[in-house]
Amino acid sequence: MRIDKDLVAASATPLVLGILSEGDLYGYAILKRVAELSGGRMEWTDGMLYPLLHRLERLGYVSSSWGTSEAGRKRKHYCLTGSGRELMRERQEQWSVVADALRQVWQTAQRPPALADGLAS
Amino acid sequence: MTAQAQLEAQIDRWRGYVHGRQAISPSDVDELEDHLRGQIADLQATGLDDGEAFLIAITRLGNLDAVSREFAREHSERLWKQLALVPQGTDADAGPAWRELAVVLALAVGAGAALKAGGTWILGQGAFTRNVSLLVMPFVAAYFVWRRRVSTRVVVALLISFAALAVVLNVYPYASGGSTETLAALHAPVIAWIVVGIAYVAGRWRSDARRMDFARFTGELAIYFALLAMGGGVLLGLTSVVLGMVGLPIEPAMADWVLPFAVPGALVVAAWLVEAKKNVVENIAPVLTKIFTPLTIVMLLTVLAALATTGGLSSVNRDLLIVMDAILILVECLLLYAISARDPLTRVGMFDALQLVLVVAALAVDAVMLAAMVTRIAEFGTSPNKLAALGLNLLLLVHLVGTAWATIGFLRGKRPFVSLERWQTRYLPVYGAWAVVVVAGFGPIFGFV
Repeated sequence: MRIDKDLVAASATPLVLGILSEGDLYGYAILKRVAELSGGRMEWTDGMLYPLLHRLERLGYVSSSWGTSEAGRKRKHYCLTGSGRELMRERQEQWSVVADALRQVWQTAQRPPALADGLAS
Repeated sequence: MTAQAQLEAQIDRWRGYVHGRQAISPSDVDELEDHLRGQIADLQATGLDDGEAFLIAITRLGNLDAVSREFAREHSERLWKQLALVPQGTDADAGPAWRELAVVLALAVGAGAALKAGGTWILGQGAFTRNVSLLVMPFVAAYFVWRRRVSTRVVVALLISFAALAVVLNVYPYASGGSTETLAALHAPVIAWIVVGIAYVAGRWRSDARRMDFARFTGELAIYFALLAMGGGVLLGLTSVVLGMVGLPIEPAMADWVLPFAVPGALVVAAWLVEAKKNVVENIAPVLTKIFTPLTIVMLLTVLAALATTGGLSSVNRDLLIVMDAILILVECLLLYAISARDPLTRVGMFDALQLVLVVAALAVDAVMLAAMVTRIAEFGTSPNKLAALGLNLLLLVHLVGTAWATIGFLRGKRPFVSLERWQTRYLPVYGAWAVVVVAGFGPIFGFV
């Protein structure tokens, strides 16, 4: 199953914020975590993650620092800031509302229309 | 090559390719490389070989155009190249840049102080005007001596040149306000600038490429100096308006202190700016030449038409001849910068043809000028002014004819572009030699009138 591009784009920010709330990570590890969480079904263009991270950093939701990898190469780590945590909670609420609304509408949609009408009246 | 080395070479090539993107900064490339290596390592762990792992990792990273567009959206400021004159943050090599700034400021203040001292102690307006270039240009030369670590031999040659110019300008018994004095004052800056050029090329004045660099430098310097002058003018104007309103007239202080320091200081600072930005910002002179070449053609044709319709050339007065000389010098500069900016390897294009039109139009104007001058000389006899104008005109004529000849050869594919470039760089010293003749020779020849 391929997930629609717009949906992936819309969920990218809350997903990255959520992953970073579990602990500091570097870019590639964030993508691995996304694959793990979605069972490999959410496909990102890997390169697009970095402009997103830079945007979040510019807005003050994450901060970054350079460290070294196990192989001794430069590696940039990202860490969620206080306002990033706040943004994540905000997004979480928004997404729960959306998810809740979708679940309800699909539950009704699965039943025959007449029955649904009957229930509503 | 081992598999590992091959992979490293591939990653290196990829780095070079990504580096070319303006929106992606070097530290972003480091970050992306870390990502790429992580992905490759994971793919190798699943049993893929190096080449396959590299290809898949690159594909997953995404289309580079799209990714760099996304970077550009986030970092639009990067598309405007920034000129960092002094290092920001905690660069390891911050020392030299700060030292350079200190040297530049010291030289700028020195040039200002020299001009101010000259204005105070050199007696007579004429003597001061003659010496202006000698008071300022050595500081510009000194900057390049310091910057290029010029050899002692060249430094001695520079000092001797400036000293010789100083001796000629100050020992000759010029009649006050005479035309030989004015001519010497007009031509001395040319000589002083060529001495600066020798410092700029660190003594390698025989090299055509270095000479062309100096021509480019001169063009960019003129533009930067004009920008500084404009900014400074606005600043001074606003300050004087405010101070004037509160009853503090600033004009005397401006003429006595601000300008003598600001103008030569701006020249030194402009030289530093051009030197510092060389590799960072696109040159503006070539762009301006593209705009002004067609406009100058229109101007030359208008001038020609005006001269033709107003009739008798002998009625043309001296001031007009001087203005026309200035126009021709401008055309010559325009040509030189257009040529210095052109990539020698690109094919013949429309602009090259346009340049030939410009040369031919300038030649026509020059021919008219020469005819007018010869008529004047035949009618009224010779004078230092006329001879200086005539000499300059002949030099310009030869320069233009040579340029036209080389351009035609290039347009017809018979000669490479380099021959046109060489003609320009090899001809430049002729102007310097002529300036030496006027400064050193005209006085004694005409009895310092």
